[in-house]
Amino acid sequence: MNNFIELTNISKHYGDKVVLERMTTQIAKGEFVTLVGASGCGKSTFLRLLLGTELASSGAITIEGELIEKEPSSERGIVFQKYSVFPHLNARQNVALGIEFERSVGLGRLFGAKRKDAIDIADAWLEAVGLSSSAELYPHELSGGMQQRLALAQALVKKPKILLLDEPFGALDPGIRKDMHELVLKLWQENQLTVFMVTHDLKEGFHLGSRLWVFDKRRNDPHAPNRFGSTITFDIPLNAQNATRNHQDLEAIKSEMHIVSTT
Amino acid sequence: MQRLINRSPSRPLRIALSIIPFVLILLTYQISSGMRKAENEQDKLLPSFTEIASAIDRMALEPSKRSGEYLFWRDTQSSLSRLVKGVSIAAFIGLIVGLAAGAIPLIAAPLKPLITAVSLIPPLAILPVLFIVFGLGELSKIMLIVLGVSPFIVRDILQRTQELPREQLVKAQTLGGNSWQIILRVILPQILPRLIDAVRLSLGTAWLFLIAAEAIASTDGLGYRIFLVRRYMSMDIILPYVAWITLLAFATDWLLLQLSRFIYPWYHSEK
Repeated sequence: MNNFIELTNISKHYGDKVVLERMTTQIAKGEFVTLVGASGCGKSTFLRLLLGTELASSGAITIEGELIEKEPSSERGIVFQKYSVFPHLNARQNVALGIEFERSVGLGRLFGAKRKDAIDIADAWLEAVGLSSSAELYPHELSGGMQQRLALAQALVKKPKILLLDEPFGALDPGIRKDMHELVLKLWQENQLTVFMVTHDLKEGFHLGSRLWVFDKRRNDPHAPNRFGSTITFDIPLNAQNATRNHQDLEAIKSEMHIVSTT
Repeated sequence: MQRLINRSPSRPLRIALSIIPFVLILLTYQISSGMRKAENEQDKLLPSFTEIASAIDRMALEPSKRSGEYLFWRDTQSSLSRLVKGVSIAAFIGLIVGLAAGAIPLIAAPLKPLITAVSLIPPLAILPVLFIVFGLGELSKIMLIVLGVSPFIVRDILQRTQELPREQLVKAQTLGGNSWQIILRVILPQILPRLIDAVRLSLGTAWLFLIAAEAIASTDGLGYRIFLVRRYMSMDIILPYVAWITLLAFATDWLLLQLSRFIYPWYHSEK
């Protein structure tokens, strides 16, 4: 299962502006890929390609040998930094919505025993993310961290093949962010998820990922900065047991990125 | 000494300050009325408060000598019924069209220019057309309100629908929702409180068209009465009617706000 997800020669450009160029790689099932890089380096664009809200200009993305759908679908879950949960539904309803969509095609709403069943599943997920006591609360009554927990539960209820996280903890306080890291790692291990996470925090990328990608430009033409796009310049397998090694890598990348961005 | 821009009145002071202008207006009125009455006892332009009170008494508390009806209440009932019907139909049209066009780009493409064009037609200019097509009965008056108000509601709802965060719609798609389900469970419930907002904003316009229609062709209604008694310069009736219309407008607005707060608490705490 080394080729769970395959990227073949992915490029993305908007008009003359090349954002991503010639990305080819494979991702194994159960990998936790963290995407780091300077702002505007194309890591979020890449996530949107995976999500299906944007299409690659050329190249192909396959999951289990099949081309991905050209619009967002339930095989790819997403948690954004903001607006991931629905303000008009309480926590339990937010999680149950995914089940209701699936089991009630006409109305997207379940009643009676079926509803009870959906609520049970939703409650189990709320418990998994530590929101059992807040099931009746609406998003505006939840803190930022709790909203992101809810967004995770909401996405995971669909059992997506891949989970995409777009700077999910960027707006949280450092202390809460640490709790969220533990939660994400726990969920990742328990559910054998394949995760892609965009972050601007290099340390967070090292701490969470099983594989770290650095996005940057291989070539740069100072007279035509849009001519070349980014690609994965570093692809580092991370090992939880080898923290010192990881730390050295971190320092190495920090200095490398500095060199790349100044030349 | 604190800067003026940093000084705000305490709550009791604020309430007192907010009442003062009203008291001043009433006082000015009474003094002017007294001055005119001193000159000419028959003056009709600024009736005294006792005259106004007896006019209210005549209109609201005694049956009319001609028809045996309480004219004030009958006028109120007719006008409110037209207003509610007109605004409800306009809100319904606004919700359906605005939501469909806001959520589905293929529907927005042909509708948006049309809505813009329709909203630029001055409704009063086609009032004669309405009278010709729908007759002089209730229907033409209600249609005037519908025509006057619905373009605004349609455009407002369309815009509010398109303003919903893109992330929410993407999220709903990753939860497996199809277009219909997403409209029904994600977009519609979030648009309803915004529809109440739009209705509140359009009530002033709705009153304008209602009174215009009643002034031109009607046999009852608050607007009809005002324009009827104008012929006799009955300021003692016109003034309380205007105050009553203002009060009704204020009350409807307030009730809609309370309703919205009660049904959609999440919407009001978001802001």
